[in-house]
Amino acid sequence: MSYVLTEEQQFLKDSAKDLFKKAPVAMIRDLRDGDDEQGYSTELWQQMVEMGYPGIVVSEASGGMDFGMRALGVLMEESGRSLSASPLMTVGVSAAIIEKHGTEGQKAQLSSICEQGTVVALALQEGSFYKPEQSDIVAKKDGDTYTISGVKDMVADGHAASSYIVTADTDEGVTAFLIGKDTDGLSIDKEFMMDSRYYSKLKLENVSVPTSSILGSAGKGKKVANDVTNIANALIANELVGVMSEAFDRTVDYLKERRQFDKEIGSFQALQHRAADLYGEIEIAKSLAVKALDAIDEQDFMAPAICSMAKAKCVKVSQLATNEGVQMFGGIGMTDDEEIGFFMKRARVASQQYGGYAYHVDRFASMNGY
Amino acid sequence: MSETLTTTPSETSLEDFRAEVKAFLAANCPESMRQPIAEESDTYFGGRNGTFKNADQEKWFNAMADRGWTTPEWPKKYGGGGLSKAEAKILKQEMRALSCRPPLLSFGIWMLGPALLQFGTEEQREQYLPDIIKGKIRWCQGYSEPGAGSDLASLQTLALSSGDEYIVNGQKVWTSYADKADMIFALVRTDGSGKKQIGITFLLIDMETEGVSTRPIKLISGKSPFCETFFDNVRVPKANVVGQENAGWTVAKYLLTHERSAISGAVDGDMMTPLSYYAKKSVGLTNGKLSDGLLRSEVAAWEIDGAGFKFTLDRINEEMKAGQAIGARSSFMKYYGSELNKRKYELRLDCQGRDALAWDGEAYQGGKIARQFCRTKGNSIEGGTSEIQLNIISKHILGLPS
Ligand SMILES: Cc1cc2nc3c(=O)[nH]c(=O)nc-3n(C[C@H](O)[C@H](O)[C@H](O)COP(=O)(O)OP(=O)(O)OC[C@H]3O[C@@H](n4cnc5c(N)ncnc54)[C@H](O)[C@@H]3O)c2cc1C
Repeated sequence: MSYVLTEEQQFLKDSAKDLFKKAPVAMIRDLRDGDDEQGYSTELWQQMVEMGYPGIVVSEASGGMDFGMRALGVLMEESGRSLSASPLMTVGVSAAIIEKHGTEGQKAQLSSICEQGTVVALALQEGSFYKPEQSDIVAKKDGDTYTISGVKDMVADGHAASSYIVTADTDEGVTAFLIGKDTDGLSIDKEFMMDSRYYSKLKLENVSVPTSSILGSAGKGKKVANDVTNIANALIANELVGVMSEAFDRTVDYLKERRQFDKEIGSFQALQHRAADLYGEIEIAKSLAVKALDAIDEQDFMAPAICSMAKAKCVKVSQLATNEGVQMFGGIGMTDDEEIGFFMKRARVASQQYGGYAYHVDRFASMNGY
Repeated sequence: MSETLTTTPSETSLEDFRAEVKAFLAANCPESMRQPIAEESDTYFGGRNGTFKNADQEKWFNAMADRGWTTPEWPKKYGGGGLSKAEAKILKQEMRALSCRPPLLSFGIWMLGPALLQFGTEEQREQYLPDIIKGKIRWCQGYSEPGAGSDLASLQTLALSSGDEYIVNGQKVWTSYADKADMIFALVRTDGSGKKQIGITFLLIDMETEGVSTRPIKLISGKSPFCETFFDNVRVPKANVVGQENAGWTVAKYLLTHERSAISGAVDGDMMTPLSYYAKKSVGLTNGKLSDGLLRSEVAAWEIDGAGFKFTLDRINEEMKAGQAIGARSSFMKYYGSELNKRKYELRLDCQGRDALAWDGEAYQGGKIARQFCRTKGNSIEGGTSEIQLNIISKHILGLPS
């Protein structure tokens, strides 16, 4: 594996660039202003499905393209550049999880994920923060069924999903279940966040599911959660690389364009040095983000640590890049008309998804024995 | 990282090469040469008066120099290793795996050699490269002057033409190891009439020539590794010009990109022991976590940046192999690497308390940490300051106006 893209990956990147040109930042603004029910363009998602994006990390045997996380990361970076909303990441993570941990019956769902873009959402978080190692929701076993009650939070694409990966505590420990949206007692409450996207509360009221809905086996929920944490954060890190790079490019362009005191503001050393420093931070973030994808693809034993490093760094740098962007645009940067603010808002939500800075620094340090 | 499963013939030969390197290092790198470097004399600098600290150091140096592995990628015809980039990387990896010390530290290797390979005449290469590879001549760098630091091109050391010689007069400053070096590569002014960048010449001067003298300067670390260097009517053959007369600025800048990459590379080499190792040892753990929570997050943030920097150096290397020029990115490497190293030593003081503050005494290895801490402050000054690197990045990478 390497940092330089293969021909196949480069081809994918170019086609993604073309596709996301049709979904520029203006699209998320239109969806927001039109109070769109979905929060993303179903038409765009349909195009991604036709291009095979949902199955990009799924094996060929299960109907996917088997291009690996590195390839999905390339798509995430491009979607980050244009702030295109879609269930791409959610689907990528859940497909990989089902393929790795699912029973044969559950894996049969992969073909509809790959071919129709069926969304399986990830319902791990409880409350304001992501801490998936434990669950306060109890799944009570009675014979061949489990009964689950509780609330899950920040479920990305929850409103568009046809089923959910839900974690809950059992006698065997944390366990993951795959539950269809039409199951009795299950309901969705969508919430609109700063990045103009919907995240859902998933409510379970005496939801009763058969043992066959356990993802993998009972008590293996921590393993599932750990894989979700690694994959989701490697992907978000790459999306954030797209967000920070685009925000930075736009800022540097503005520095060359805007004039004050009879010269381009980009000639002021105070701004130059902050921009040059930020350039370096983005380089570091990029390398970590790519390394995280490769580490997963290569099943490197260091992958969990690298994924947390990548997320932590990309959180910090995307915050810096978008803050500097708003500042260097001056008053215009504060307006809703100017797009730089959209980058700041997406960066903040993405930062918190699947664990924020503190969570990942703690995870990294613990894995390194301190 | 695990290797790919498909094996092409060239990969097979690389694996053979790795096996050969492993066997060679096992046989030729003595145990004592695999220990961390505690003081300067633990590494060999070569030169006419170069002395080995002990027999192990001599054995290790000779074994590597015989194969040309003091300069793994330099052409074989000058005595270099003639290795491909891939082979050189394997050698580096295997040396790292055994914590082998570098067999020779040399400004000739990091700076002058690459410039000679690019701009030198065939005679100059044949004359100087073998002695660099074999550690026979020790070089120093005569760039900075009292009035020309960041604004290097304003340098004033004069070289007047006199037949097939120059007569050099002037002063250099901050010349690292000038008192121990045999030769100096210096920037001198051969024309003062035009733009300051034009009229600079890159000249090789023997330090034993009459009229050359040095005076050591004591640093905040208490050591004196650098000097003032004086030239008083020093006669130097014109054959010692590298590149063209008055076109030394091009050579000087090319050399600086190598110096900057080397400085960032050296910082990378110092990352062998994780910072958290020292933190754990001094601060201790409570429930498996560093007892000082604030320090814990700062150490982790540093280690993340450190790993990110290492991955970035790997990435830049790969991109260079794929044909991209390094260009101004060496300024980014220099900037980030030196700032990272300074931050590391700030954290070592925080992590090690009293032990890092002692200035003397055997228990504290002669105040090693405190002195190294002081020395790291020079990282963002030597080879062009951090501010100058940021200027270069702004202008040449980001294309910001001046
Ligand atoms: C440990 C060490 C080893 C060295 N070894 C050698 C050697 O072997 N050979 C050699 O020739 N030199 C050597 N040097 C010298 C080094 O290259 C110079 O010190 C360096 O280039 C800075 O020049 P100066 O000291 O004159 O500082 P100045 O140029 O006077 O700088 C003072 C301050 O002003 C800032 N500044 C200057 N210009 C600008 C600008 N345009 N924009 C923003 N800020 C600016 C600088 O960043 C710095 O903070 C060494 C230095 C050190 C510390």
